[in-house]
Amino acid sequence: FIKMLSNRTVSVLKWGRCEAYTAVYPKVPDRVLNFSPLPSLSSPNRNLSAFPAQVYMSENGALPRLGKVLTADTMNANVKKVDYAVRGPIVQRAVQIEKELKEGVKKPFEEVIKANIGDAHAMGQRPITFFRQVMALCTYPLLLDDNKFPEDVKNRARRILQSCGGNSIGAYTTSQGIDCVRHDVANYIQRRDGGIPSDPDNIYLTTGASDGIVTILKLLNTGEGRTRTGVMISIPQYPLYSASIAELGAVQVNYYLNEEKCWSLDISELQRSLQAAREHCNPSVLCIINPGNPTGQVQSRQCIEDVIQFAAKENLFLMADEVYQDNVYAEGCEFHSFKKVLFEMGPEYSSKVELASFHSTSKCYMGECGFRGGYMEVINMDPEVKAQLTKLVSVRLCPPAPGQALMDLVVNSPQPGEPSHQTFMKERTAILSALAEKAKLTEQILNTVPGISCNPVQGAMYSFPRITLPERSINEAKAKGQAPDMFYCMKLLEETGICLVPGSGFGQREGTYHFRMTILPPTDKLKTLLNKLKEFHQKFTQQYS
Amino acid sequence: TINRAIQTAHARCRGSLGPWLPMRFITAEAKASAGRLDGKMREKTLTMDTLNPQVKAVEYAVRGPIVIKAGEIERYLEEGGTKPFSEVIKANIGDAHAMGQQPITFLRQVVALCTFPELMDSPSFPEDAKWRARRILQGCGGHSLGSYSASPGVECIRKDIAAYIEQRDEGVPSDWENIYLTTGASDGIMTILRLLVSGKDSSRTGVMIPIPQYPLYSAAISEMDAVQVNYYLDEDNCWALDINELHRAHQAAKQHCQPRVICIINPGNPTGQVQSKKCIEEVLHFAYEENLFVMSDEVYQDNVYAPDCQFHSFKKVLYEMGPEYFSSVELVSFHSTSKGYTGECGFRGGYMEVINMDPEVKAQLVKLLSVRLCPPLAGQAAMDVIVNPPQPEEHTFKQFHQEKSSVLGALAEKAKLTEQILNAVPGIKCNPVQGAMYAFPRIFIPPKAVEEAKALGMQPDMLYCLRLLEETGICVVPGSGFGQKDRTYHFRMTILPSIEKLNVLLGKVRDFHIRFLKEYSGLE
Repeated sequence: FIKMLSNRTVSVLKWGRCEAYTAVYPKVPDRVLNFSPLPSLSSPNRNLSAFPAQVYMSENGALPRLGKVLTADTMNANVKKVDYAVRGPIVQRAVQIEKELKEGVKKPFEEVIKANIGDAHAMGQRPITFFRQVMALCTYPLLLDDNKFPEDVKNRARRILQSCGGNSIGAYTTSQGIDCVRHDVANYIQRRDGGIPSDPDNIYLTTGASDGIVTILKLLNTGEGRTRTGVMISIPQYPLYSASIAELGAVQVNYYLNEEKCWSLDISELQRSLQAAREHCNPSVLCIINPGNPTGQVQSRQCIEDVIQFAAKENLFLMADEVYQDNVYAEGCEFHSFKKVLFEMGPEYSSKVELASFHSTSKCYMGECGFRGGYMEVINMDPEVKAQLTKLVSVRLCPPAPGQALMDLVVNSPQPGEPSHQTFMKERTAILSALAEKAKLTEQILNTVPGISCNPVQGAMYSFPRITLPERSINEAKAKGQAPDMFYCMKLLEETGICLVPGSGFGQREGTYHFRMTILPPTDKLKTLLNKLKEFHQKFTQQYS
Repeated sequence: TINRAIQTAHARCRGSLGPWLPMRFITAEAKASAGRLDGKMREKTLTMDTLNPQVKAVEYAVRGPIVIKAGEIERYLEEGGTKPFSEVIKANIGDAHAMGQQPITFLRQVVALCTFPELMDSPSFPEDAKWRARRILQGCGGHSLGSYSASPGVECIRKDIAAYIEQRDEGVPSDWENIYLTTGASDGIMTILRLLVSGKDSSRTGVMIPIPQYPLYSAAISEMDAVQVNYYLDEDNCWALDINELHRAHQAAKQHCQPRVICIINPGNPTGQVQSKKCIEEVLHFAYEENLFVMSDEVYQDNVYAPDCQFHSFKKVLYEMGPEYFSSVELVSFHSTSKGYTGECGFRGGYMEVINMDPEVKAQLVKLLSVRLCPPLAGQAAMDVIVNPPQPEEHTFKQFHQEKSSVLGALAEKAKLTEQILNAVPGIKCNPVQGAMYAFPRIFIPPKAVEEAKALGMQPDMLYCLRLLEETGICVVPGSGFGQKDRTYHFRMTILPSIEKLNVLLGKVRDFHIRFLKEYSGLE
């Protein structure tokens, strides 16, 4: 009889906490077989005699325990393996501390400074006026009659609305993205790359760059055991990559950037890593982040050419994460898009190498993270696969229309002669030059601290300095089951309110330790932050030496 | 365009090797030369052979081949081509604004203020909208909609949602920490399924879904390689859910997988039925007995038209069944900005409420969400207005209320109209559209047409819908895209076009159907 009862009923009986309910629903197997109707819920039938006494008393240990359907044991194992340090435990603790401060708990600092994430507006950066004006008009078209808005703002808004269903930003767009936005993106890429053609049919709008990256990885993920897709990623990397690889159950293939050479990418290291990976998986994708996150390096044209040649030779699909393309600060550095270099290498490459490149509204001078705007351009993708990609993105219906509109403005910004041009340029330049200044400042101050060494922040929004940790602190961390740089960052947070992400969240060579900090706080605040960091590091070193 | 792109690319590909070479041969040839960089023979890394097979298995009819065809016809008309009609009417998707529905003024005012806070000084915006915008911005980093929010969403919006649910459910408590903002409801549904899918072979997660279903479910199940477990809704009984059928489906599925989740769509998509309280009680009891995780898709909760129907949330019913149920059945319910009376699909706003989730799993959920950083802020703001609308004492209440009831009143009228006109057509039978935004009538397709479709390798209702599109410009989705009992045929159409347009559309469907019957019954 026990066998005939559902697990839930049996375990409920075993727990013995709810006679009433089991009595109301005597689980007679007949019901399943004969489809006899349920007893009415409104008139509970407390006929306990439906249950033989031995069932009530059953304490047979073999019976399944009443538990949740979804537990840490039964859930998708791949999800458990996902790690995302940028919003990991240290950030959760930071949020907690913020709450404690609000509740009046005394701390050795007044506020938490979140230098863990590239979130420009949260750090006080002002939105670009032109962007927000157009967005306001798209949202509330009655403002098109308001003479306070310049004509170029109105024109952009009208154009975007005209290509939305029912002229509303509240309509679904086509899954690939609004037609005119894709055209504008293609034109932008063409201009950026000195005239190399870009086809709007190759452009897919995305929900931030992350969405695009995950989608492409999803297409590529296949095989079992030794034929499982291997994804080559740089170490250190932006943890979206490792997280997606874990979630998809793909194989992570690490190649190490060269810290001694300004975090540059070394082809012989790519070769080593690929050879090693081929022993146990099928490496078929190579991911590049340029400018680098968290490393801030900007790749030389030569390096990109070498990477493309390598990908061509080894039959690798290239994914170029270029969301920091406008964030280049160092003299002598310049952003080269993978697409442009690919096409300059001649048709043998440009007609063959499969490339997806990603961009976003979240970084550069815009910092519009909350809009979740972005695009990807796919080159040389098999047409049948492209149809599959279009199908796959259609399940999610479309990327947010406001994010698409914003992406449009980024690629179609005010031109000389338009009323908003001057203000736009002023705002843009101010943000980018402040970032350049802060990049320099961060490098300089950090390098004055004994035990900290920081590569130049050539681009992007982060510095990723190496820190020397005393042996005793390493042992103490290990005793606590923590990565030594996690231990360091936690202490930094508790003592100074500064929230950084430990290098272990991005990956680093064994025995080396780092942290990632954004260079986004306003200059004054950044100085304070860096000085506090300096003091902390000295104290920490003393304490554990 | 997609087909065209594919054709051109095919042509290009063949051109380089001679048009006589079939695709298969190219592939084999290239494999032999893999690794050799003479360029000319380099094979693509990502082909149909190497593509993730789960992606290949995904189908999503709402934006499937018929919609692609509709797009092609639209472009053809724009370029001056002629057809027996002047425009394509897309009744394939619940996209209210695209069908001419006006946005709710108040919602847009709040979002515009959040977007461009300089408007706070403008006298043309009402104070009610301004204080809401200010409040949302205060919850945003740097007071900007451009900053990332916490991954579960902006805190004050989560609190507003919890308060809304509590009010909707007449006091049943809702904890704001159980609320997660999402990128439309689809995102939330995918995320929860992702947590649930595990195991191999006979222990692989089975997901019980209604047939007909909204194809997001089958697509997500394919993509995750879970096992789809169908339970059939009872067409003869207004598409009601039959508890005996749940038992049947569950028993049958246990032979080859481990059914762990039951998905419910209420009000139903595509079926439009609204579940009775008793039915929901039975489902919850079933889930309780069989240890199933419950996912209740309640995005149409404001779209109930039939006078004898009422929306009951799964959460509230669960609570009323008593503490043993309320403290044990794991339930996630979903809502969205896209439907209801707002129809704000483009904002991709939504939320889910998670009940009785294991705390460790909840931590995993938060971690998983954090990888995607956060749902779009504008969508979160729109969601906030929906759960925190103008109150009777506020200035904007009157206009808001008027707009809301006019949208919902028109939908109710269109629901009735659609049912009536379709039922007057011989060979079409339409259940009452009690709620949601669609009619899903059953259509009789003559055997000759069925044979013709089979010869074309096509579902009979796909043939029907393609013909309808070609001859009238009306785009509806074949029932086979949602699932239906063998040898029954349906289509889904939205009731969203304006009344005048809907009248025209239904008249055209009627004429087409009669013509189609005649043609294939040899009566012509």
